[in-house]
Amino acid sequence: MAKSQISLTVNGKTVEALVEPRTLLIHFLREQLMFTGPHIGCETSHCGACTVDLDGKSVKSCTVFAVQANGSDVRTIEGMAAADGSLHVLQEAFREMHGLQCGFCTPGMITRAYRLLQENPSPSEDEIRMGISGNLCRCTGYQNIVKAIQYAAAKISGVPFREAAE
Amino acid sequence: MNDQTPTSAQRAEALQGMGCRRKRVEDIRFVQGKGNYVDDLKLPGMLYGDLVRSPYAHARVKKIDTSKAAAVPGVVAVITAETLKTVNLAWMPTLAGDVQMVLADGKVLFQNQEVAFVIAESREAAADGVELVEVEYEQLPCNVDPLHAMSDGAPVIREDIKDKKEGAHGPRKHYNHVFAWAAGDKAATDAAFAKADVTIKELIVYPRCHPCPLETCQCVASFDKIRGELTLWGTFQAPHVIRTVGSLISKIPEHKIHVIAPDIGGGFGNKVGAYSGYICAIVASIVTGRPVKGVEDRIENLSTTAFARDFHMDMEIAATKDGKVTAMRCYTIADHGAFDACANATKWPAGLFSIISGSYDFPVAHVLVDGVYTNKAPGGVAYRCSFRVTEAAYCIERAMDIMAQKLGMDPAEFRVKNLIRREQFPYTSAFGWQYDSGDYQTAMNKAMETVGYKKLREEQKAKQEAFKRGETRDVMGIGVAFFTEIVGAGPSRNCDILGIAMFDSAEIRIHPTGTGICRLGTKSQGQGHETTYAQIIASELGIAADNIMVEEGNTDTAPYGLGTYGSRSTPVSGAATAMACRKIKAKAQMIAAYMLEVHDDDLEWDVDRFRVKGNPERHKTMTELAWAAYHEVPPGMEPGLEAVNYYDPPNFTFPFGAYICVVDVDVDTGETKVRRFYALDDCGTRINPMIIEGQIHGGLTEAFGIAMGQEIHYDEDGNVTTASLMDYFLPTAVETPKWETDWTTTPSPHHPIGAKGIGESPNVGGVPCFSNAINDAFKFLGSTHIQMPHDAWRTWTAAEKLGLHA
Repeated sequence: MAKSQISLTVNGKTVEALVEPRTLLIHFLREQLMFTGPHIGCETSHCGACTVDLDGKSVKSCTVFAVQANGSDVRTIEGMAAADGSLHVLQEAFREMHGLQCGFCTPGMITRAYRLLQENPSPSEDEIRMGISGNLCRCTGYQNIVKAIQYAAAKISGVPFREAAE
Repeated sequence: MNDQTPTSAQRAEALQGMGCRRKRVEDIRFVQGKGNYVDDLKLPGMLYGDLVRSPYAHARVKKIDTSKAAAVPGVVAVITAETLKTVNLAWMPTLAGDVQMVLADGKVLFQNQEVAFVIAESREAAADGVELVEVEYEQLPCNVDPLHAMSDGAPVIREDIKDKKEGAHGPRKHYNHVFAWAAGDKAATDAAFAKADVTIKELIVYPRCHPCPLETCQCVASFDKIRGELTLWGTFQAPHVIRTVGSLISKIPEHKIHVIAPDIGGGFGNKVGAYSGYICAIVASIVTGRPVKGVEDRIENLSTTAFARDFHMDMEIAATKDGKVTAMRCYTIADHGAFDACANATKWPAGLFSIISGSYDFPVAHVLVDGVYTNKAPGGVAYRCSFRVTEAAYCIERAMDIMAQKLGMDPAEFRVKNLIRREQFPYTSAFGWQYDSGDYQTAMNKAMETVGYKKLREEQKAKQEAFKRGETRDVMGIGVAFFTEIVGAGPSRNCDILGIAMFDSAEIRIHPTGTGICRLGTKSQGQGHETTYAQIIASELGIAADNIMVEEGNTDTAPYGLGTYGSRSTPVSGAATAMACRKIKAKAQMIAAYMLEVHDDDLEWDVDRFRVKGNPERHKTMTELAWAAYHEVPPGMEPGLEAVNYYDPPNFTFPFGAYICVVDVDVDTGETKVRRFYALDDCGTRINPMIIEGQIHGGLTEAFGIAMGQEIHYDEDGNVTTASLMDYFLPTAVETPKWETDWTTTPSPHHPIGAKGIGESPNVGGVPCFSNAINDAFKFLGSTHIQMPHDAWRTWTAAEKLGLHA
């Protein structure tokens, strides 16, 4: 199959590549660029394990062709920590609040939460739940994921985090 | 002692041992996207496999033409049953003593059954090849209703064994019969029913559902022809079992098979079994001499590997007029699909279903289970429960509610009256299980007080009156469940898989500088084993948890173990870990005595050191003793500081809990709002409360999914209609309720650290609690039992049948 030339930014670095027109962005990221953080959990855009940030929006990269990302700025979980290796506050928050178990949904969930907090820096609990409803988790029951996002939101805004009583 | 010297308590806290809300070690890699899952693996020269699957539930395979597929650029080979026959692998033995087709051999027996395996240079080329494999089918009548499987003239599912009168578990009474299994005292039970004041009988159906972990089943097989060695990476909850079964099936000597289970993206039972895709990948690697990756997609996962439940239970309870239970009996039809590939302990074709007498003091009881073949997927697993325990818990907890209703008693009050009393432990049930420990009344009372049970019932009464007056269209339900599990399989006298006793193991090596590694036969799929096993060692050996590395999933380095499922990691490998620690500690004590020039008995343990009794200034810490073990051991003693323990548990453990939930159901839409869910669990000694709470949140969410919507549904032609996330209900953050957790602690008397296991309790207790709440909401309108799942459509239909929409 004839290949197309694409050029895009992934986690801050320019990438030039040849891809088949049918190559999905998730396969391009995972198998050509070896960014294996985003995962594949379904193929119907329901689970959100493949969520990445594309030009300032959360997208499910299993439903985007790599050629559609031509010229875009893509960020995956691998681009979340600072250059010196220190964790993003959301990464720290997920660990602090026990917001993950098997870790399979986590990269997509954190990437989605990152965009959610860009869109709404101090979301209510309901807004968080709605905001991550495109990302499925089979392990945690979401309660601690919600808490982790609240923790991160508080920390980013510089307000004290008060854990709601269970 | 100067002020800088840490106290014993401070030193104990620094260890992060048992009881500590220790943050998880695993998370550091997972939050950075640096987990190492099977599909992340990319080996040089690796090929990709993809399966051709049957569109029919039951059909003869007349012809398979692979020529067009083989001509697709990038396709390397196409494997069919004919290819597999050349290596004697067209069929494989199952864990349950049956045999199963690896690829369709003459017939297909369920929709999406594996028919051919296409191997190609890329995923895409393999998928192109799958499209071009031409299969000619002749459709046959099919049956997906287990209640009709043994009727006259039912389609013959298994032609290969249709005349066999004897199955793996005794006589077969019909060509679609798998096994009959009974427990309890039938005569005494029938006699008790004959003279009972009050009886109830209800067909309670636990529909077929699926564990659906977020990561599907997948593997990479790499056969090295020169060395004759196979390396198999895979999503395996039980890596050693896969190695042994792999060796028995492939005839590759077991020492030449290396099974590696890297990080696993959730299991919940789905990843216990050995599936056709694995065998195909192994054969493909042998044939091509290159590594071969096989990854299920979601539809393949939901429709072909590891269903759960499908138990159809005719349940009866007998009681006295004043509400004391006198007997129970249950006749069950179990739908095992087209092959009996259930992942059970081999001697237990219906698992531990005889825990069905639950938490109540039944003098006599009897169960009979008939397993049947249908045109559905094989491979039954325990979806986040011990073998068939959740079916049993659901059945008894629904039945207790139905009996309470008939007696006109409150369901909680009826339970309290019949709970096994504290002084009866260890308690032998009517089925012969010896429940290790429990304090059921305390748990139940605490639950009822915390939620304000009496007030809730008063509120419900007022709401019911308001409903009758037409002031509201909501009905309020209060669900109560008190469950007892049987987990930690298991004692070798009860349990084996293909003859291998269900022990588990731990091997601990303490290094000269006082840090160490622990390797185990279990395999975490998100439970946090790397964190919690280290906490056990920290408390046992006085070495900080941060200084212990925990490693699982590599059969070359880990001692043999039966894997992680049935809440067995803590009860079995957790015990092995503690016992291995105690061997190390005993040796360390001898070294300390030698160094301090005192008798062993003159020493006492203090958190992280041995000290001389009455003279605590004279001591040797574990760090010092570790160094000494490699440097100055007593004369005649072997150097080194390591131990291995294979733990054969003397009994199962019996975690329990009291759950209460409150729902409001809109009778016009069938929508249910969960107002409150309170879960009190008793898992014995608690190792890491943070992880326990996380396990409960997750298990309750799965229970919510099962009770409120999950079903693997087949239409009458055998088409599976719920095989994608479009149709199979996985709760999102929006509909998932908020969970309240609580606990009591009743240690297991036979477990070295008193722990019982927690991961599966919330699934076992949660499902009946939700179902009881929905049923409770409609009870005052004359309803007795509404079947799961309680999605809006079914609930609306139930309301319609009750005439509520007139």
